[in-house]
Amino acid sequence: MKVVELAEKFGLEIFSGNVGLQKEISGGYVSDLLSDVMGFALENQVWITLQTHQNVIAIASLKDLAAVIIVKGLQPDPETVKHSEEEGIPLLGTDMETFEIAGKIYKEFEI
Amino acid sequence: MKVSELIKLTEGRIAAGNPEEQINIERAFSSDLMSDVLTLDDHHIVLITGLANVQLIRTVEMADVPVVLLCRNKPATPEMVNLANEIGIVLVETHFSIFRASGVLYQNGLKPLY
Amino acid sequence: MAEILEFHIKGGDFNLAGKASSKIKKKLIQLGVETSTIKRIVVATYEAELNVVAHAREGKLTAIFEPDSIRIIIADSGPGIEDIDLAMEAGFSTATKKVREMGFGAGMGLPNIRKNTDELEIESKVGVGTRLEMIIYY
Ligand SMILES: Nc1ncnc2c1ncn2[C@@H]1O[C@H](COP(=O)(O)OP(=O)(O)OP(=O)(O)O)[C@@H](O)[C@H]1O
Ligand SMILES: [Mg+2]
Repeated sequence: MKVVELAEKFGLEIFSGNVGLQKEISGGYVSDLLSDVMGFALENQVWITLQTHQNVIAIASLKDLAAVIIVKGLQPDPETVKHSEEEGIPLLGTDMETFEIAGKIYKEFEI
Repeated sequence: MKVSELIKLTEGRIAAGNPEEQINIERAFSSDLMSDVLTLDDHHIVLITGLANVQLIRTVEMADVPVVLLCRNKPATPEMVNLANEIGIVLVETHFSIFRASGVLYQNGLKPLY
Repeated sequence: MAEILEFHIKGGDFNLAGKASSKIKKKLIQLGVETSTIKRIVVATYEAELNVVAHAREGKLTAIFEPDSIRIIIADSGPGIEDIDLAMEAGFSTATKKVREMGFGAGMGLPNIRKNTDELEIESKVGVGTRLEMIIYY
């Protein structure tokens, strides 16, 4: 599934990073701890988090993640948006909580 | 959902508390941030988390969360186990990621909050 | 006479954070205060206690049990808060990387305190310290 398809299917808001919308997603990763994502997230996963600051994009870029979804209707910091544009990593948003959006997305990638 | 079913679904093992505990878990909440957990106002919750420290147990004590699922094979430390037993919190460890645990529990009927 | 409990809080010591709130919780259960009220009290107290641990050097927590309410005062010596309105905004945090990796630093503590208290006063002096006083009615 492509990032853009995921965004459409689950009604995700697209804040920025449109360049990366055609990327193919390999699965999901949930964490609010940056070191955890640094250590364990895998390439092309979509990262679901409550974190809104710009380090999120730095890590997503380092780990070659497909996209970042910010939950609970939180707005990304302006620098995070800017960073996402620069890195071409889509920054998405949802009003849902982590459990719900992760629960729904998981179904798409179940083997 | 009973604790025993949660354990079965997540291929988990009990680290503190009684697996036969008859708590009825209705909802789940996935988070690694303490202040986020402290906004909860429901008592039939399982907290799905990637944190494993004593502060987590203190936090769920204050937030009245009865069951915690520690993901990605993070073992509960002896301090965590002692404190959880003292307060009466059920701790379950699983090798599932938070993503997978959330997915499986969502599919098996646990509801999100609000 | 109102009963008073006092606690010392040590900055930086996350292992002890929550001890005071836990004792207060036990006391409130003993007093037979309603569960949802206890929760409001301990969440606010715990967040304030954590703020001393995360951001200040040391502090003192005083809990005054009145017949119809609890008054809690947390005074610390530490860096103080430069802009209280900004600090009260959800998401604002100056927490260090280390603190964030422990699960803190979402910038939701002060908003949580506001939400759970009936009365809240914050005074702070940069380079000196911060004082919170809150009241919750049973
Ligand atoms: N006692 C204090 N002394 C100095 N600064 C404080 C104190 N309490 C709060 N602050 C400042 O206010 C900010 C916001 O506090 P708040 O409790 O809302 O969030 P946090 O402590 O950073 O994160 P969280 O509470 O979500 O773990 C802090 O990051 C800090 O800059
Ligand atoms: Mg705080």
